[in-house]
Parts: sequence; structure tokens; C-alpha cells
Amino acid sequence: MKIIYGLTGAFALSAVAMAASAADELPACENCVDELTIVSWGGAYSNSQIEAYSKPYDALTGVKIINDESSNEAVPKLRAMNEADNVTWDIVDVVASDAIRLCDEGLAMEIDADEQLAAAPDGTPASEDFGDLLVSECFIPQIVYSTTFGYRTDVEAWGGKTPEDICAVFDTATFPGKRALEKRPINNVEWALICDGVAKDDVYDVLSTDEGVTQALDKLATIKDQVIWWSAGAETPQLLADGEAVIGSTYNGRLFSVIEEQNQPVAMLWDAQVFDLDGWIIPAGLSEERKNRALHYIMFATDTQRLADQSKYISYGPARKSSAPLVGKHAELGIDMAPHMPTDPANATNTFLYNYEWWADNRDDLDAKFQSWLSQ
Amino acid sequence: MSASTTVSSTSGSSGASGPLTNDGQPLKRSLARALRREKFRALLLISPLLVFILVSFVMPIGDMLFRSVENKIVEQTIPGTVRALASWDADSAELPDEAVFAALADDMMLAQEIKIHTRLGSRLNYDQPGISSVFRKSGRKIKGLDHEAAMAGFIAIDPAWGTPEAWTTLRNMKAWPGKFPATAQSWDNWKAWYLSEEKEELDPATTIPHGFTYAALYHDLAAMPASSIDAFATSKNTDAAALFKNLVGQVDSIPSDDFKAQFADIEKGWAELDNWQAIQRLSPRIVDSYFLAAIDAERTAEGIESKPDNERLYLKLFVRTIFMSLVITGSCILLGYPVAYLLANLSVRASNMVLILVLLPFWTSLLVRTSAWKVLLQQQGVINDLLVWAGVINEAGRLVMINNMTGTIIAMTHILLPFMILPLFSVMKTISPTYMRAAKSMGASDSLAFWRIYFPNTVPGIGAGSILVFILSIGYYITPELVGGTTGVFISNRIAYHISSSLNWGLAAALGSILLILVLALYWTYDRIVGIDNVKLG
Repeated sequence: MKIIYGLTGAFALSAVAMAASAADELPACENCVDELTIVSWGGAYSNSQIEAYSKPYDALTGVKIINDESSNEAVPKLRAMNEADNVTWDIVDVVASDAIRLCDEGLAMEIDADEQLAAAPDGTPASEDFGDLLVSECFIPQIVYSTTFGYRTDVEAWGGKTPEDICAVFDTATFPGKRALEKRPINNVEWALICDGVAKDDVYDVLSTDEGVTQALDKLATIKDQVIWWSAGAETPQLLADGEAVIGSTYNGRLFSVIEEQNQPVAMLWDAQVFDLDGWIIPAGLSEERKNRALHYIMFATDTQRLADQSKYISYGPARKSSAPLVGKHAELGIDMAPHMPTDPANATNTFLYNYEWWADNRDDLDAKFQSWLSQ
Repeated sequence: MSASTTVSSTSGSSGASGPLTNDGQPLKRSLARALRREKFRALLLISPLLVFILVSFVMPIGDMLFRSVENKIVEQTIPGTVRALASWDADSAELPDEAVFAALADDMMLAQEIKIHTRLGSRLNYDQPGISSVFRKSGRKIKGLDHEAAMAGFIAIDPAWGTPEAWTTLRNMKAWPGKFPATAQSWDNWKAWYLSEEKEELDPATTIPHGFTYAALYHDLAAMPASSIDAFATSKNTDAAALFKNLVGQVDSIPSDDFKAQFADIEKGWAELDNWQAIQRLSPRIVDSYFLAAIDAERTAEGIESKPDNERLYLKLFVRTIFMSLVITGSCILLGYPVAYLLANLSVRASNMVLILVLLPFWTSLLVRTSAWKVLLQQQGVINDLLVWAGVINEAGRLVMINNMTGTIIAMTHILLPFMILPLFSVMKTISPTYMRAAKSMGASDSLAFWRIYFPNTVPGIGAGSILVFILSIGYYITPELVGGTTGVFISNRIAYHISSSLNWGLAAALGSILLILVLALYWTYDRIVGIDNVKLG
């Protein structure tokens, strides 16, 4: 996560995006198929990828790109495809924790960052440019996003107060109303412990014990009857816009579009936001021709300029250090994107470090306990 | 066919064997043959459908349901360990002995190389929480294990053991693999490991295996009576005899790699008895653990027991699913009956209009209709707004009608209503109005005539509609997922969760099998009480 702080300084520079010059130097793809199936999350996010990566790539190579919106079930589907020995996807967009899981299970291909990814324009090798964000050998990071809270700015029952820290979520006396939380333990148990007096650095140590898990669930239980559990990223923005929930967690890009694009009376709470990564994997077991094409696309789509281009369409931070100075204005609204990035210094004063390894090891246990608790 | 239809009267006199056809065959046989041909032709006609159903429906579902008991993964991932562990007494309160740990080291070395160890960890974790991280962490550290001690020991006794020829000799012995089960397994592991690591087939003439295989050999030899080694040393196979000559009486002097201590060192979970008991318990290829989990039970050292209260989930969900499906079926009858009655008794023109009104939502996307209910029912939604505006409730008392059981029942009743109305309508269409007129002309009041004459005639329609609605709702999951919150979800939501999120396909299959059995049992009961012959779709 160090590199995120490194990124933040660079955002202040807010340089104008340059014309795609690197694209002209794209080497030809040797021994490749002419078709590519790309799996992503759909919605505004897929659009930003299509605008920033796929359209320019198509213009340069004429490759037919098929978009599939199955990322939310990528892991089970890849597993089924692997069992059936018939992998139909070429490139899949997944969050880092899923990438680690896929890599562990041998369902994703290992990537050599310096060999197979483009270097920064100044020649810095990709492995340095991405730095710590290369959390798995199979994972090619694309964006930094954060899961954070949005709240309505017009709640009368709050008497003019506005939430200033994460613990407002658990304070139903001062901030009454429904809360929207994700229907899974990840992030929720961490926030619960932080608001139950556990120091940020100790959260995962505490969670490693049965008592710690009980403590987190007990804290969540104090607001359980006020929670609407969401499972799709679009739900919280909708609930906030309808006034059905007064405060809720979701991805910062979704909140950006509610606040800036739809002008709803909603504001961001940049506290204890949890950074996470999203990026590409290439499924294991592709034929040589398909693998070459997938790598060729990845090489193009994750170069410095392309990653910076994507932030014109959605408020997620590019994963390369070298892309940060190139982040410009929103393609339609014309507002500066840098202050809306989760990595902006003003937004990142109190962030929480998500522990991938801990979750990879303990996800199954926690999930089972959480789901059982949910149904009690 | 023509032969048998023109049964000749002349052959009628041909005695006890019955009438004959023109070509002198007995009529009976000729007829049977013709019929058989007919049947075969009919079967041929439907065979594409039959094959299609078999391939696209019966087989995949059968395969899926089989996963509820299938458990090959343990034996496939750590075969040597499973074999060595078979003789361990789980009640002994002692950890398995060194031979098991040596086999585990060997198996894990290969498993992490081809990346299958975390899958096994996840699988075992369903029954033994915490073991997943034991496998993950060990996988990361397994390459650091010291495994050269036994190998050095063999070579110290006779340098010939450090040559590929020794292994060729060993593998050509008659006793291989029968008397060397661990070594043979380890050799296979080594071959697979080599292929994965070096990307080429192992050439046994030029390479010796890694230390794990020597450790396996040591454990095989240590498990044999001393006389076996004597026999090898004096056997007619001169190569083998030379190889084993120096080993006589020396096996005990071969140092151990002490994998037991090394494993306890890299992950303390390996020193915990219950993890080993779980591995042994889950070693068979067919297990009942998924079914036990599906009924909130688990197998412990004391036998099968219910899970602690705060972990019970599924029985409650099964009961809730059936209860809610019954409520939904009931409300469909209440709402659908008058509509169907209206449809059946209007003029054709008007009834067509109403029918379209019934079918229109039926043709609309399920998600759209469910989302529409969200807009209507939520606390800041249309219905609450109207009630507040009309002064029925105040601002603070807005009704909670969604993200709970009420939401699911309302939305699903609406979605499944056409399945009740349509069979009811088609049955009511066939009831002649003269019945009611006859009843009334004999002095029955309107309600008496309805309950005694009309209603009994519509029961087959109610039966058909109820079966359709009930069976559809018992397996529904999209609508409850969207509007059910946590109290209005069905068992099918958990099945979907295990298929797509937790990836516990075995448990999903077990839950699905139980649901299927439940539906069949209910159908059977229904048949016994109402009689399936009394169900009419029109």
C-alpha cells in the first residue's frame, strides 16, 4: 500500500492527457486469433474499459471483441470451465482477492510483469511501476478503488449533524435510519472492530480468534435490525437516492456517479475507506494462439496512457505510478478527476489496509459464521 | 401390416395353432411382429427427444446430485497420506506416526506444485473449520522442508543408492510395487512433479528421485519384517541382491527427516489431533458429510450430533421455504379464483381483454416486476407515501413491507398468479352453466349452488394450479434474493450461494437433493389425498 501514498502526490499535478502516442508503436501480434472474449463487471465500469481500452485496440488491430458481464461469478464459472476442460473466456476482470484464489487453484495463468507488460514511458519496468499492487503472480492490476460510505445530506432526524467518521454507522442514536451494508463479512467485521475500540493495526490479530469474531458480530448485531444487506454494487446508490437508506457502503466510483452525475443529495464519508484492487487475469489452459492474443491486449490495455485514460470515465485510480500525472478531466462533465480519486491526499487521511493474505486464509470460515449469524 | 389385416379365412381351418396369414405364419406371431415394428418406429420418432433429455437434463442433474456424496478429492490430492493414514487409530489420542508425515510432505510437495492443495483445504474446511489456512500456509512453506536426511543415510550405507540404476533395479523387482506401496506412490508423485517443474517427461535412466522418495523407501523397509530384506538380499535377482546386501540390519540406522516436527513447525495445525481425524474421516470416496451439513448435523468423535444453536441454519430454512410456499399458494388461490371466475363468465370479447391483462405481466421480465415491487413497497415508496398522505399512518410509522418475509410473499404471489388463474380458467370454461341453473331451479340458494355444485367442479383446476404454484415457488430464488432481506429468503438462495459464492458444490447438491425428495414426497402425499387423476389443466 505504500505506493498508494506515492501516487497521491502525483495526483496534485493533474496533467492534461496526451494523445495516444504509444499506441502507434504497438507491435504486431504473432500467431494470434482474431477474436477476444473479455469478461468484466458491466455498467459504467465496463463502459470505461470499452472506451479506454477496447475501442482503441479494435481500431488498431481490427480484432473482434466480445464483452461478457460475468465477473461477479467469475470464480465458479472458471472452475466449472476448468472441470469441463472448455475455457471460453480469454481475459477476466476480477478483484484482487479472487485473483489470488484463482491463482492458488491453478485456474489463472502466471504473468511475468517485466516480460509481458509494457514498461512505463520513461523505461521503468512494469514490476516497479505497479510496485506492491502486484499482489499475485497471476494478477495484472488495473485500478485502485475503495469501499467507503455515502450518506444523505438531508436527513431531518440528524438535526444538522453530519457523520464525520466510520463509527457514525454504528451510532443509531445520533444518526437514526437504515444502513446499507454488503452481505458478506469482508470489511464489515473490520469496521465493527474498529468502532468497538480495537486499534486498526490489531484488527486482524483480534479477528484470528473466535472471541474476536464474536466481538465483531456482536457489534454488528447492535445495528442488525437497521441494516439492508446489499449484494450488487448498484444497490446502495439506489437505496441512498431513494432515501431508503441514510448511510451505506459501496464502491467510491458508484458514489461519484450518484453525487456528481445524478446530483443526488448524497455526500462521501472518506473515513476508514478500504482500498482494494481490480485487475485482469488470463485463465489457465488457453491455446497458444488465444493466449498470445490475450497477452497482446493486456500489454496494450495496461500501459501507462490507457490506464490514465480510463479515469476519464470513472473515478477509480490507475494502478501504475506513471499514470497518475496523466489523470485528466471527466470525459463528459469536464470536472477534474483527481479530487475524486480514492488515492487523493484529502481523501486518504484515514485509510484501512485490507489484508489479502489473511482473507485468503480465513474467508471460508468467516463466511460460514457470518451467513449463519445473518439468518439467526 | 397389410399381411395381417387381410387374414385369410381359408387358413382358419389350420388346426390348434390358430389362424394363419397368407404366407403361412400364425396370425398371433405375425401380429406381434408388426406391432413390435410399429413400437420400434414410434420409439425411433421420439428418440431424438429422448436422447436430448437424457444428455441435457438427466445426466447433468444426475452428475450434480452425485456431488452430494462424491469425495474423490482427498484421495486424489494426497493419495500417499490417505493410504498411510488408513491404519492410524483416530481414538488413540496420539498423532499419526512419522510415515504419515513423510507421505504428507511428499503429497504436498506435488500438490502445491500443481496447485491443487488449496482446493483440498477448502473442501476439508467445510467439515473442519480452520484447516483451509493450514493447507494454504503449508503450501507456501513446503519447499523449505529439509528432506535429504534419509537420502544421505541410504547413500552412506551404499553409494549405489545414489544412482539412477538403483532405482531401475528397484522398480524391476517382483516385489515392486506390492511390497513398496509408499515408495511406488512417491515415485509416481516424483514423476508428476518433475513433469510440472521441468516441463518434460522424466528420464529414469539419468535422474534419481528427490529425498521424499528415499524417506518413503525407508518407511516401507521399516514396516517390513527383517526377513523380507534378507530375502531381497539373497534373491536370484542379482542386481537387487547387491543393492539390498548392505541394508541388512542397517535400516534402523537410517536417519529420519523428522517431518513430524518440521510440519508442526511450519503450521501448528498439523500437531492438532482433530485435523487428522477430519482427514481420516473424509478419506473415503463416498461420504455423507454434505448431507449431514444439510440437516445441521456433523459427525464428531461421539457420532452424529446436531450443530450448536448459533450454527444451525438449513432445517429452519427448509421449514420456512415450505411454509412460505404454502402461504403463496394459498394467496394465489384466494386472488386467482375470482379472476378466473370472471374470465370464464364474461363474454368472449371482454374475457379476451381480461386475459391479456392477466398475461401481460406474465410476459414482462421477472426482474422488472420484482424491481417494480421494490419501488411500491419500500419505506419511501409509493404505497407508504400514499398512506402517509392519506393520514392512515404517520411519518415515523411507515410500514416495513420489503426486505422481509412480507415482501417475498407479496412479490411472489403476484409473479406466480397466472399459473393459478390459467388452469382455473380452463377448468371453469368447461363447467356448463346448466348445472347451476338446474341447482337453482330445484331451490338452492346462490351460495348453496356455488358451494355444492360449482366449487366441487373447479377443484381439479385448484389442484393443478396449486401444484404448479407450489412447486415453482419452492425452488424460486431471484425474487426472494431481491426483496427477501434476511428473513424472507428460501433454501434455494442458500443453494445459489453455495454454487456461486462459497463454491461448496457438494453441500449445494445435498440441499438440492433434499429439496427434490421433499417435493416428490409432497407430490406423493398430494396424490394420496387428492388423487392426481383429479388434476386438470383444461
